[in-house]
Amino acid sequence: MNPGRRDRIATPAIGEPAIVRWLLIAFVVAFLAVFLLMPLALVFTEAFAQGWRVFAEAIADPDALASIKLTLLLAAICVPLNLIFGIAAAWAIARFEFPGKSWLNALIDLPLSVSPVVSGLCFVLVFGAQGWLGPWLAGHGIKIIFALPGIMLATLFVTLPFVARELIPLMQSQGSDEELAALGLGASGWRTFFRVTLPNVRWGLLYGVLLCNARAMGEFGAVSVVSGHIRGLTNTMPLHVEILYNEYSFTAAFAVASLLALLALVTLALKTLLEWRGSHSPRRAAH
Amino acid sequence: MTRRVLPGFGLSLGVTLAWLSLLVLIPLASVFLKAAGLGIAGVWEIWSDPRVASALRLSFFAALIAAAFNAVTGTLVAWVLVRYRFPGRRLLDAIIDLPFALPTAVAGIALTALYAGNGWIGRWLEPLGAKVAYTPVGIVVALVFIGLPFVVRSVQPVLSESDRALEEAAATLGSSRFNAIVRVVLPAIAPAILTGFALAFARAVGEYGSVIFIAGNLPNVSEIAPLLIVIRLEEFDYRGATAIATAMLLLAFAMLLAIHALQAFTARHRRAGQ
Repeated sequence: MNPGRRDRIATPAIGEPAIVRWLLIAFVVAFLAVFLLMPLALVFTEAFAQGWRVFAEAIADPDALASIKLTLLLAAICVPLNLIFGIAAAWAIARFEFPGKSWLNALIDLPLSVSPVVSGLCFVLVFGAQGWLGPWLAGHGIKIIFALPGIMLATLFVTLPFVARELIPLMQSQGSDEELAALGLGASGWRTFFRVTLPNVRWGLLYGVLLCNARAMGEFGAVSVVSGHIRGLTNTMPLHVEILYNEYSFTAAFAVASLLALLALVTLALKTLLEWRGSHSPRRAAH
Repeated sequence: MTRRVLPGFGLSLGVTLAWLSLLVLIPLASVFLKAAGLGIAGVWEIWSDPRVASALRLSFFAALIAAAFNAVTGTLVAWVLVRYRFPGRRLLDAIIDLPFALPTAVAGIALTALYAGNGWIGRWLEPLGAKVAYTPVGIVVALVFIGLPFVVRSVQPVLSESDRALEEAAATLGSSRFNAIVRVVLPAIAPAILTGFALAFARAVGEYGSVIFIAGNLPNVSEIAPLLIVIRLEEFDYRGATAIATAMLLLAFAMLLAIHALQAFTARHRRAGQ
């Protein structure tokens, strides 16, 4: 929707009395300030409560640095894999008709409705010491649960829907006329994909990657179940925040938390920027 | 139809199905397989344990209360953001998604610090006798935080597309503004509110990270079901953990079906209305 049209709607012929309008605005601003802005402000205030030096020390702590590295590594592995999945799923669902398509579409959403703890639990049941594959894995000296592969699987599970969720409706609304034209002119399938499809969906793709990345770096419940919380080894940033907090190292906990909050702010800013570009329809139903 | 004219059907569907099966379907099926090994009687026995039952009840009702609260406040927020113009509106609109972007553990410790007895908000509430942190009320507060964007983002697009001519018609026909909102606007956005409510509820039932810090985690009082799964796992009681997880998965499936039915209904209505 272009801003001009929005402004015209903004001068209503009918409407609530001014007093009602201002009361409602005041209520909503106050509510959002208390519920959204205050927690955010608190994270940064607490992080710097004892000054820059304490903040820097908390971040430079070897365990904190290891958790930051692990979190970055996780995102670097999980985001590209789920990006490939998202593109494949969108291509199959938005470009072809096949039986069971609506079920497949619904299944992609499944990880969003499953409790993160339950998603962690399923991998423990498959790969854990008492799991289906546990004895075999132990016999071959492969460690999945309480090690990087388990954390990776849990993160892949929870971040699976994000790219597909953005691409499927976008590609459905664009239709395949341009791709058919490219093919008709003799382009190969891959060439058509890279030169026609990908440029057309690039903003939606970026949007999905952004959300996927935020969740990959921030996931707590699922990762917590499979990680084993080994300091400096299998601790991601959110898990490190928990450990510090439970040890009453509040300033250090909030220092690491402030990095994650910063990530959230950058994500929101980029997301808003992408929406303003207009190529991506803003405010689709959440999820 | 474009069927089979475009290349890559086999490859893309193959990748999709393989990835989905390996990562989601087989692991989730293993929960049900494990539960089947316990038998219905075995699962029921674990569910009826008082501590388990009260954890499941708490997760369910806290999520229900938070989602209901969000359905009302979220709709008001959407209304104000869509219909009114005021300074700072765009900033607030952008910040609505904060709970999606902020890692749950960060939200958890921030909310706890806010509502604890010496916190920015807690220090004002405590003298009034309202304890929030380390009580079930704190759980609801965390779930309200987590669920708010679902309702706002469901209602916003429907509200901004809704036809104001209908409201004007109601006004010219002598309807009061309040009447027009209740009779004309509310029915149009009701499915969207319900969808947002269902999404917020589904998310809140299974929520873990933002809740465990503020909850206090007292068995039978403020211990949520996901936490009890974690506790059972730490005790190596895989049967107990699986049985609780089965209850939560069944609820999640039911919610997923409900949400898809609602979204299909809303989409049909929006198309019909245009």
